[in-house]
Amino acid sequence: MKISKSLTIKDVAEGLRKNEFSAEEIFDHYQKKIKKENKKFNAYLSTFDMPKGNAGYNIQNELYGVPAAIKDNTLIDGTVCTAGSKILKNYISAYDATVIKKLRSSGASFLGKTNLDEFAMGTSTENSAFGPTKNPHDTSRVPGGSSGGSAAAVAADLAVFALGSDTGGSIRQPASFCGVVGLKPTYGRVSRHGLIAMASSLDQIGPITKNVYDAALVMNSISGHDDFDSTTAKKNVPDHTKNIEKNIKGLKVGVPKEFFREGLSAEVEEKVRSTMSKLESIGCNLVDISIPNFEYALAAYYVIVPSEVSANLSRFDGIRYGHSSKSADTLIDTYFESRAEGFGPESKRRIMLGAYALSSGYYDAYYLKAQKVRRLIKNDFDSAFKKVDIIVGPVSPTTAFKIGEKSSDPLALYLEDIYTVPVNLAGLPGISVPCGLGRESGLPVGFQMIGKQFDEETLLRAAYQLEQSLK
Amino acid sequence: MLSDKEVEHITQLARIKLTEKEKDKFRKELSLILDYVKKLNELDTEKIEPLYQTTGIVNASRPDEYRKDFEMTEDLNEKLIGQTPHKENRFVKVRSVLKK
Repeated sequence: MKISKSLTIKDVAEGLRKNEFSAEEIFDHYQKKIKKENKKFNAYLSTFDMPKGNAGYNIQNELYGVPAAIKDNTLIDGTVCTAGSKILKNYISAYDATVIKKLRSSGASFLGKTNLDEFAMGTSTENSAFGPTKNPHDTSRVPGGSSGGSAAAVAADLAVFALGSDTGGSIRQPASFCGVVGLKPTYGRVSRHGLIAMASSLDQIGPITKNVYDAALVMNSISGHDDFDSTTAKKNVPDHTKNIEKNIKGLKVGVPKEFFREGLSAEVEEKVRSTMSKLESIGCNLVDISIPNFEYALAAYYVIVPSEVSANLSRFDGIRYGHSSKSADTLIDTYFESRAEGFGPESKRRIMLGAYALSSGYYDAYYLKAQKVRRLIKNDFDSAFKKVDIIVGPVSPTTAFKIGEKSSDPLALYLEDIYTVPVNLAGLPGISVPCGLGRESGLPVGFQMIGKQFDEETLLRAAYQLEQSLK
Repeated sequence: MLSDKEVEHITQLARIKLTEKEKDKFRKELSLILDYVKKLNELDTEKIEPLYQTTGIVNASRPDEYRKDFEMTEDLNEKLIGQTPHKENRFVKVRSVLKK
């Protein structure tokens, strides 16, 4: 068996059908590649010798024999799950996340767990307690984050596809930086049961893949209602590939004027604008729209997220699991010292910010105010979607930056998320599609497409048609 | 800018022990972020209802039946209790609540 090209899900299915390789051989092929190349990228935190998964040993299954990488904040029964944090360094998952169960029954196998910013908080994967991941396009640069390990693994062909999680851009921005496809589904489309919670009103799991078709295939497997996550909608899940080949002539594409603002780099703007012309050339109608409260989204996000983080991360108490301080001698010191020793700076920053925003006397001014602004942003999108079918723009204001370049300035890192955060606040699906290399940096630029709530089908079709036209 | 007293109060709420140097660093960083989010006050939200989540689902319920997905077995018990840093047999051990 000799495989020289980067494989998609379709390629694996075809190879298996034609007996070019077996499921075991393809798994080994990737394990060998990871052993050889992971040192360069630090994309994986742990790997599995034997395929974890493959319960559906049936070639009819859509993902049969497809080796996948899983972000290390998603539980796989009996294996270590760190969330990129020292506090969970030795934590063993007690059960499978729902997405893992679903992928297993679709026949996928798991290669290992990928690096992330601690508890998925960051935009560069530099906040991982286990060292930064490096961008396969230039190892002196960040892969984006927080799903940087997953995006790098897919970009470097150390997995056929990967799962990430996206609270404010953590799938789309690393996909953009690494030149791969990343989809954040509608809030409520994919179960988060077994995902280590960061900000529960925003977290969503989604695929990182080599092309749009693969993202549609993974969505077919992982979507749907789950009794263990009561935020999941009881809506039918369509076959996302069924209409994907249909052209998008006449599709109304909204372009928010607020997206082209100060801070957007010239090379990203140039690529995004030329991609919009491409959409026009395949029959879409570009429509000028406005998201008037766009500039307030990031501020609302950085109140809501830390608040929910401070609640979710209170479970790490040094008592039931995870790191426990050896020096503490009373119960209260166990909390204070275990958390001081176990959490990294960004986790501490957000926990404290959240504790403050929720504290007596400040709740109305910060948390309640932010949730009201969130309503305004959702209203903006609702009115825009009365006029258009999808909305487009940049994913990130810049291409991948140097490791260490922004790590001393938390606010500069937060600004990386300015185009992705509003989509999470409004609960909408968003996808990053590679649209070429920046003229100055020569690095990948991502094009963001935003869909209507629970309309991943149209979003994926538009993304697929765009991808074909860019070939 | 947050005062030293406010930072001390926040560390108490957050249950995180900080060194003096860390306190000073976080005082500056948190103040910077809080200044940034103050721009929310430019918006009049007097008559706006807060939006806590976007699904529109209210009161998700399920049949009141015994779910077998997580049946407690010796194995699951070990997986859960086995991870506690301090334990005795099947029990989680905590340090003393009051100082001796």
